[in-house]
Amino acid sequence: MKHVANWALNVTAQRGASYADVRSVAQRSRALTTKNGKVGSASDAESVGMSVRAIADGAWGFAASAELGRGAVEATAARAVEIARASARVKREDVHLAPEKPVVAEWSTPYKIDPFTVSVEQNIELLLKIDAELRSVAGITLAETNLNFNREEQWFVSSEGADIHQTKLSTGAGYAAYAFAGNEIQKRSYPNSYGGQWQNKGYELIEELKLVENARRVGEEAVGLHHADQCPEGKFDIILDSSQLGLQIHESVGHPIELDRVLGMEANFAGTSFLTIDKLRNLRYGSELVNVVADARQEHGPGLGTFGFDDEGVAAQCTPIITNGLFTGYLSSRETAHTIGENRSGGTLRAEGWNRLPMIRMTNISLLPGEKPLSLEQLVAQTDHGILMQTNRSWSIDDKRYNFQFGCEMGWEIKGGQRVRMVKNPSYSGITTEFWNSLDAICSREEWTLWGTPNCGKGQPQQVMGTGHGAAPSRFRGIKVGSAFKGS
Amino acid sequence: MLEKEQAGKIFDRIKKLSSADEVEVLFSGGRFALTRFANNTIHQNVAEENYVVSVRSVFGGRTARAFTNKFDEESLRQVVRSAESLAKVQHADSDLLPMPDSAEASGHAGAGWTGESPVPTQAVPPQVRTSRHFVGTASITPELRAEGVKKIVGVAEKRKLTTAGVFSSAESLEGIFNSRGLSRWHTQTSAEISITMLAADSSGWQKANSPDVANLNPLALAEVAAQKALNSARPREIPAGKYTVILEPAAVLDIVGFMFWDYSGMAILDQRSFLTGRIGTKLFGDNITIWDDVAHPLQTGSPFDGEGVQRQRVGLVENGIAKRVVYARATAERMKRSEYKDKVGVIEATGHGFALPNEMGEMPLNIVFAPVGDPQTVEQMVASTERGVLVTRLWYIREVEPFEKMLTGMTRDGTFLVENGRVQGGVRNFRFNESLIHMLSNVEAMSVPVRSCGEESFDMVVPAMKVKEFNFTEVTKF
Repeated sequence: MKHVANWALNVTAQRGASYADVRSVAQRSRALTTKNGKVGSASDAESVGMSVRAIADGAWGFAASAELGRGAVEATAARAVEIARASARVKREDVHLAPEKPVVAEWSTPYKIDPFTVSVEQNIELLLKIDAELRSVAGITLAETNLNFNREEQWFVSSEGADIHQTKLSTGAGYAAYAFAGNEIQKRSYPNSYGGQWQNKGYELIEELKLVENARRVGEEAVGLHHADQCPEGKFDIILDSSQLGLQIHESVGHPIELDRVLGMEANFAGTSFLTIDKLRNLRYGSELVNVVADARQEHGPGLGTFGFDDEGVAAQCTPIITNGLFTGYLSSRETAHTIGENRSGGTLRAEGWNRLPMIRMTNISLLPGEKPLSLEQLVAQTDHGILMQTNRSWSIDDKRYNFQFGCEMGWEIKGGQRVRMVKNPSYSGITTEFWNSLDAICSREEWTLWGTPNCGKGQPQQVMGTGHGAAPSRFRGIKVGSAFKGS
Repeated sequence: MLEKEQAGKIFDRIKKLSSADEVEVLFSGGRFALTRFANNTIHQNVAEENYVVSVRSVFGGRTARAFTNKFDEESLRQVVRSAESLAKVQHADSDLLPMPDSAEASGHAGAGWTGESPVPTQAVPPQVRTSRHFVGTASITPELRAEGVKKIVGVAEKRKLTTAGVFSSAESLEGIFNSRGLSRWHTQTSAEISITMLAADSSGWQKANSPDVANLNPLALAEVAAQKALNSARPREIPAGKYTVILEPAAVLDIVGFMFWDYSGMAILDQRSFLTGRIGTKLFGDNITIWDDVAHPLQTGSPFDGEGVQRQRVGLVENGIAKRVVYARATAERMKRSEYKDKVGVIEATGHGFALPNEMGEMPLNIVFAPVGDPQTVEQMVASTERGVLVTRLWYIREVEPFEKMLTGMTRDGTFLVENGRVQGGVRNFRFNESLIHMLSNVEAMSVPVRSCGEESFDMVVPAMKVKEFNFTEVTKF
């Protein structure tokens, strides 16, 4: 693929581009689903192509092509420069890239079992076994399962001399059981809702998840919700399980710290951010217990935001985002780093595929676990009156990331340190910084899970990206519960 | 652009490589370009060309699909091999039907617009029965998009505002061939402009799209967005509660879009539809009548579904009564054998199926709200409102409860207090928690339906609506 990059870079140089990079990408994916005892869909996909990102006349251009012959590659490179010159017609200042020492490197996701080597028969057998367990519970009216495997091989070459070959592998699996009765549909999912758990690792993830072992319980919980009381409305202490807290981090920390949002670049679609630059190292984002990092390094774990290098050749880094409650960092790129006084990118630029422009994306945005040993059950035992909420069902937040509302699949009312009753339709809402400042307990490392969010949408044209979120169950004091159903 | 003749040759190559009982090939893709601006500057500007071929193989009731964007002999051999090896390890599905031939796929005589050879119908004026492909749109250059953006930025600078948005253009295709002789091909163009105008503490928004770029006016859109930003400056906070709301068409589209996944035979069979047990019952007000109609002059899209079956015009809601849902071929056959067969109205393949295999079945994607006899403009709705809220746009809508279709979301980019028949200025944005059944039962007035686009749902032909007792539950900080 080096020759493809050279053809393109020769053209961008000849046409006067001051900078260019080329990504050649080969993606392969497999998706298997079942529904009520049958295979729902079975598909394999491959997509191969290249793109050129160029700066000419101080402005950006980008062009992509699936054709990898010399003529098509050179035409694509020329188009990128032509588009850059068109961009320059509506420009206020030249693009400024933070310096980055060009790297020549190889990197790949560590894994034990290549998921594409596991037979489709074995995978279907597993999914149908889960399906049978779910539907063995009387009252389950719909059972859905999924398995997903992805491989992306990328060659990144820049006009500055970077030459990086990187291969990423991810695996995902999950299921959901629905129970329809009367005028109500209830649902439970495992290990998480909306596709389950996803990580950058091989088939070993599937074996770790104990999918079959949990299926009957999940089915029973879905049916059991029909007999549960409606979650009460009012102000309560709440405990969020780690998967729900992962999404809370994603929406109320991960998105607002994207520097492109902060700078107004996403204002038309995803919105802006309340985290204006004056708040850096000044805003008390959360309580003293809150420590959040953006960590793309392998040592953080196999999150969907783990890589060796981002899509403009910057090595994976760990950036402290919230330090003992104080807001300390943004997600940045080479183009945006200077706006916060940094002389190097935070290394967060990623693209969905060969035909998309890299943009600032969350890496692994994780709440660090509590330092003192604390299990979920111990946290429940230490709670006088509250609601434990498990597994996301709905999520919504305003376009500056202040006001949010989340619904969960299942709740438990806690009284005197005991779970006293299951409650259905739990929901909570609040204002981001008020919420994080109400955190008063985080469970310790044993309860910490690095969750994968495979479906984060951003950009125009919209790109879907996987992000990682480490979290342990945590408690928040005096949170508004149940306003979703108030007045309905 | 990939031409139908070239695609036919690729299909012939795939057929030769195939050992399956039946084979179906879908083509999609095209050319796409988008110029993105923010802070009164073009900051992203992209173009791509890509075509995808997907092969579905069938062996005795077992089927699977594989995709590739490479059309060389080895890649085609590999994609056929992938589809076949995935299909062969499935369990046979007794619901899987043989692929449709051309006669079956064309549906009832006169069922509607084919998109390939125009078929006159009473409902469609002659001028729209022509192609949805416009040379003027297909030939937009980066320079032309930049000129459009320059006009928008000019409006922003004149009003001392900051603007962000997109100007995109595309030329796309959808095609399907199968081993029973069916071949369908559809090409169209599209252009889209979306504009946000930002002031110190307020914003305004407008968005429009069309197959024909000549229908888009960047200056007019920019002026409206700018005026909304200026008029909503210094927003005051008013308490959450139940208000009469005037929802502009984009706001209507974004919220009602969340119910159309349920207008599907498969959703009823799966018992995940809010229409389960409710077909034939009155769910909404008398003034709500909704069609799915791909041939409507303001609609876009291909006239055939994922199996190549002609899309029919289907009445989903008539005077508030849920009348019908749409069906893929296999779903219709399953429904005829199901416990619901006497409770769901007309059961027939309507040409709304997704490409097989899939779990969702089908969905109506060309929604058209019927006009009312006494339409009102937004201005008339405002004039007749004692106290209410005018909403430009909704955002981040999610389903809170699936059977009453309770949705939550936010207002955004131009939310106004209306008092004594006049817009009194901007208010801080609200969070709503509202049942769609409740909302569509409380519509007091509607405008003439227009083609509208948002960010939360697909494009539709919808009116603005004046709705009483809309449930705002919280206020945010801006």
